[in-house]
Amino acid sequence: MISEVVAAILIAVLAIYAIFAGADFGGGLWDLLAGGDHRGRPVRQLIDETITPVWEANHVWLIFALVIFWSAFPVAFAAVMTVAALPLWLAALGIVLRGSGFAFRKEVQGLGLERLLGATFAFSSLLTPFFMGAVVGCVAAGKVSLGSQHSTLAAWTSPTSLLTGALFVAVCGYMAAIFLIGEAASRGSDRHKRYFSQRATVAGALAGALSLATLAELHHSNHALYHGLTGRALPLLILGAACGLAVLALLTLGSSTWLRPLSGIGVAAVVCGWGVGQYPTLLPGTGLTLSNGSAPHATLVMIVAVFVAAGLLVVPGFLLLFRLHGRQLLSPPPPLQGEQPGGATPSPPI
Amino acid sequence: MPLIHASVLLATAREVVPARAQMASTLGFHIILACFGIAFPTIVLVAEYIGLKRSDEVAMTLARRWSQALGVLVAVGAVTGTVLSFEMGLLWPGLMRTYGPVIGLPFSVEGIFFFLEAIFTGIYLYGWRRLSGWAHFWSGMPVAISGIFGALSVMAANSWMNQPGGFTMKAGRVVSVEPLKVFFNRAAAYEMPHMLLAAYLVAGFGVASVYAVGFLRGRVDRYHRLGFAIPFVLAAALTPVEFLVGDTAARAIASEQPVKFAAMEYVTHTTRQAPEYLGGVYSGGHVYGGLRIPDLDSLLVGFSTHTKVTGLDSVAPAQRPPVPWLIHLSFDVMAGLGSLSLIPLLWLLLAWWRRRALPSHRGFWLLAAGAGPAALVAMEAGWIVTEVGRQPWVVYKLMTTAQAATTNKGVIASLSAVIVLYAVLGVATIVMLRLLARRWRAGEDQDSVVPYGPPSPHAGEFGGEAA
Repeated sequence: MISEVVAAILIAVLAIYAIFAGADFGGGLWDLLAGGDHRGRPVRQLIDETITPVWEANHVWLIFALVIFWSAFPVAFAAVMTVAALPLWLAALGIVLRGSGFAFRKEVQGLGLERLLGATFAFSSLLTPFFMGAVVGCVAAGKVSLGSQHSTLAAWTSPTSLLTGALFVAVCGYMAAIFLIGEAASRGSDRHKRYFSQRATVAGALAGALSLATLAELHHSNHALYHGLTGRALPLLILGAACGLAVLALLTLGSSTWLRPLSGIGVAAVVCGWGVGQYPTLLPGTGLTLSNGSAPHATLVMIVAVFVAAGLLVVPGFLLLFRLHGRQLLSPPPPLQGEQPGGATPSPPI
Repeated sequence: MPLIHASVLLATAREVVPARAQMASTLGFHIILACFGIAFPTIVLVAEYIGLKRSDEVAMTLARRWSQALGVLVAVGAVTGTVLSFEMGLLWPGLMRTYGPVIGLPFSVEGIFFFLEAIFTGIYLYGWRRLSGWAHFWSGMPVAISGIFGALSVMAANSWMNQPGGFTMKAGRVVSVEPLKVFFNRAAAYEMPHMLLAAYLVAGFGVASVYAVGFLRGRVDRYHRLGFAIPFVLAAALTPVEFLVGDTAARAIASEQPVKFAAMEYVTHTTRQAPEYLGGVYSGGHVYGGLRIPDLDSLLVGFSTHTKVTGLDSVAPAQRPPVPWLIHLSFDVMAGLGSLSLIPLLWLLLAWWRRRALPSHRGFWLLAAGAGPAALVAMEAGWIVTEVGRQPWVVYKLMTTAQAATTNKGVIASLSAVIVLYAVLGVATIVMLRLLARRWRAGEDQDSVVPYGPPSPHAGEFGGEAA
């Protein structure tokens, strides 16, 4: 019973990470696609302001997920870390480059360096979600076996893995665009509201299509999971799809209310659907389940206790952070004269 | 109690040495940033407190500028810390497979503090302009406090590796766990304060060094004096405490991890009246060079020259740490630099007692400028002592590092990548801090000298400022 609770916690943490950190990574995607120095400047600035005070806090969900994973399900953790080592290294590389590139970009002067660091930040924002998705796909397709001693390319380059990798990137772009619509709206910039509405629509449609393609691919890569997803987890998948469609409808209508909660619930429903569809298997393709692959009772109790404590301490903290950020009380460090992102050209009014 | 599986022999095929080198380089890099993440917020808050309490513009400018530097260090620290989380699994799946449910407990507690640290860092670093004075100050307190408790949690995990306990095993699997005994293991009592204080010494002396160098270059003004005094006094005041904690730790290690201690002090064979070596190189059971002080080691361990000290010969060669000379010399470097750090403290106390002022002698400022790098080297040397000294064990006397290592080939590739990447990252971080300093000297942030003032008229187009 308690291992079910811990598994639910792990899935919840992953869902929160996917929503909030996904939006931060997606910001990098839109930064990458924002166009030339001049044209892309206001968009990059908006993205920068949106991500700056929150990305580190959002990032911690990943650490939390890793720790829960290894504490609660150590055998599965070790197997995933062995078989999917290469994409995990690449995801970690992306995290280092993304964070440092983003932080350094603020401090440098000069177009060349800004471009270099900006490109590092933006490109690595693609790297991490893609390879994390590939790892999830590797697990979902049942490519992690307990006996394997080595990572293989085949384990994470199956169609399922590549599709989930692409899906993760699309979802990040989708979540980021949804967040940025609100940010643009709160700054009174209709132009950027439209700009990100278009992008949210494209990314959302793409994410939906990739979700369906992944599901179809699972039909023969892991039939048991497919069965679970279209059976027990079907209500969650329908909820996810309904939220996605509602968001697309709202975007078409030009409304920006309810976008964030709906998109968040949609993504969370799909992540939870994966967990429910796979239950009680820990690693598809192995005999490892929640009952034979979980840590001792006391560890699981401790994880639940830590999660509750985190809820009591961390959630109010996050609410405060997001509230202050939403009211634009958290601005970047003091302006430095002569320091304009994108070079010396004065910024065009929006 | 020693329980060596047959897999030790099989495991020699694993790439243990590159895995250890990679862990050492990534941890050795991250720990510097971690020190600043733990202790720098306190230093910034002291400056802000002085600034607010006394309406001191200079202190306020220091606090604001330091928080900008902190922002860079925290960002790099957050990502390099994540790499370590990945490496726990990617390099040491054997450790996590067996002991994940135990060692994960302190890390999960650390997670809460890491959250609080990151959340309030976001508020503190970016709240300068729009939050009112004391509200902003208090938003920094959770950063400083959670930094301390986060550090203690991580040290709980590390000290557990030295003194594992709080769990029972059956057929090679952990079947029950006692979280409190894991957290407050036998080594925690000295490892926790030792590293926490080390973080304050590294950050305090480190920041002070920058202003000491400025002083030596003739920038003798209140800005530099205050920028020096706040971190320096904090670190210098903690130095004697660290000295005592370190001394206690060494004695505890002598009784609880005697082989590590034997390597630290070149105790070749179990003996009374063990001599103390300062320096010297150990090879093939002999110590070459170095200063040999008869009986001193026994005296330090048990306050009597007749104290029996366990030697390297107490265990089979395979269970001894691989490079005693590295462990011993690192220990000497740590203890030596730690002792030397007491000199500027005494100098400062003397000058304050006689003249109520910072010393004006150039020698003091040279020493003070060196104290930052010295604290950093001492801290790294300490990590070499504890980590290399624990070898061949990853979990003392229960699991060898070879058993823990990944079975994957190609660790050498990730090691090479990490060395190149971290070299670039290290240089870039220093360049960023120097860029900030240069801009500050040029006074380019002076248009915001009035803290908490209204946003400047040339604010960016989204109401914020240039990013």
